[in-house]
Amino acid sequence: MIIGKISILEYYNLLNLNQDLNIMAKTIEEINEKIKSRKVVVLNAEEIIDYVKEKGTKKAAKEVDVVTTATFGPMCSSGAFINFGHPDPPIKMTKVWLNDVPAYAGIAAVDVYIGATELSETEGMNYGGAYVIEDLVLGKPVKLRATSYGTDCYPRREIETYITRDTINQAYLFNPRNAYQNYAVATNSSNRTIYTYMGKLLPNFGNANYCSAGQLSPLLNDPYYRTIGIGTRIFFGGSQGYVSWYGTQHNPGKERLANGTPCGPAGSLALIGNLKEMSPQYLKACTFHNYGVTIFMGIGIPIPVIDEEMVEFLKIKDGDIYTEIFDYSVQRRNKPSYGKVNYKQLRSGKIKINGKFVQTGSISSYPRALEISNVLKKEIENGKFYLTASVAPLPPEEKYSSLDILSKEEL
Amino acid sequence: MIKRKLVLSFPENIVTKPITYKLVKEFNLEFNILRAEITPNMEGKMLIELRGDKAQIDQSIEYLTDTGVSVQEAAKDIIIDRNQCVDCGVCTSICITQALILDSKSFKLKFNKDKCILCELCLDCCPVSAIKVYI
Ligand code: SF4
Ligand code: SF4
Repeated sequence: MIIGKISILEYYNLLNLNQDLNIMAKTIEEINEKIKSRKVVVLNAEEIIDYVKEKGTKKAAKEVDVVTTATFGPMCSSGAFINFGHPDPPIKMTKVWLNDVPAYAGIAAVDVYIGATELSETEGMNYGGAYVIEDLVLGKPVKLRATSYGTDCYPRREIETYITRDTINQAYLFNPRNAYQNYAVATNSSNRTIYTYMGKLLPNFGNANYCSAGQLSPLLNDPYYRTIGIGTRIFFGGSQGYVSWYGTQHNPGKERLANGTPCGPAGSLALIGNLKEMSPQYLKACTFHNYGVTIFMGIGIPIPVIDEEMVEFLKIKDGDIYTEIFDYSVQRRNKPSYGKVNYKQLRSGKIKINGKFVQTGSISSYPRALEISNVLKKEIENGKFYLTASVAPLPPEEKYSSLDILSKEEL
Repeated sequence: MIKRKLVLSFPENIVTKPITYKLVKEFNLEFNILRAEITPNMEGKMLIELRGDKAQIDQSIEYLTDTGVSVQEAAKDIIIDRNQCVDCGVCTSICITQALILDSKSFKLKFNKDKCILCELCLDCCPVSAIKVYI
């Protein structure tokens, strides 16, 4: 076991030096064999904590094969690709609306991307892309309207019709940034109520909101991305989906504790999965008042217990994971910090900021995440879900840039 | 003689001032505290019923506002739609009387109606509109 406060790059270097010491206790193939013969032992990321406490790391590594992690929270960077099929005469759609929500049509004739946060042109924040996606999952009819300039091969200039999940060809979610590895706590020092993507924040430190599944969270249980990588099969909104890439703003270089977990948003995942197989229980449109529309995504990731070191990461509990409190009333990229807290404190319902007790609220749902970890556990136990080795690792190093306002000469 | 149900919010620095006493003494109002939640170091909240002369009630509200107390008409009933609720818990940070809390074991939302002072602060904080008000 490598201990001490180390960055992800140092971790990878040490791992290379210790290559021969790092004998794999179990391979993915072995675990899948056990799934096949129904002998696999699966625990969720909450159960593993007490299991290790009772039986120790060695025994846990030997006896447990898979730990299921999960999260259920609003994830703005989400959306769906849809192919409608061709009408007769055909159309090269250039502007598209689904239930009056604009979809991006700058790709092939009847392909679009509908983003979760896109607002309705008629209902504003009460409806948006996330609600269109939810309605499709629910099997509800959705009004499709499109216009075009017409070409020789695509003469039609407009169309208005209704679609459902079952009338369209493909519909898959491709979410560029989901399952963030930790997030900040938001509070408000100003003297007015503010409405943010972290919820309603009352004046004078009236409350503080946080957003992570903590000890259940996928990337907090595999902080150095040893098992989760590109190609990993996951539970995605009720379907079996995949990690398709590292997420946008993936920032593995973030400061870490000795247990490997970062103290704020670090790694992230780009995910892909079939909308037609998703369930409204694990995907839900929502609106943050005066902020906008977004979507609750339910994600579960199985972590193979490949060796003892993996157990050391998996046994992480809320009290071991820290995050930082920021003042969201400061409308700048860099917000003042009010120190660090752990998730046990946050989940207790109140924390202290500047000597004052402040009530806390969670934006991501712990009970729903726990439910997902148990559903995934059952699927693995019943031989319905097999593990995959990743095709390529998530990058251990990635530039995290900000957007500066520059002239061409200053670049 | 009229009757009004109001929600008063006290900023932390004036929580302890004997404001209520003054309402009775100076404005000659019948005054009934239906529910109250005052914690040191935090904002205080009170659901009150005032009975008295309309002009006197208006004056007392003016007095309260001047002292820094925010005054709001009380709603009739708050309902949580369990079919919509996803148990995120974001509403629990808004509810100062802790009528809305997360169960300490399951972290599921619990709504204790007896503690609710109908301040309506939680209404616009629920991302899935599971909190409803009856006026
Ligand atoms: S904010 Fe809404 S969804 Fe979240 S716990 Fe409260 S009532 Fe339920
Ligand atoms: S109205 Fe909402 S915030 Fe106010 S006391 Fe009742 S439950 Fe709590």
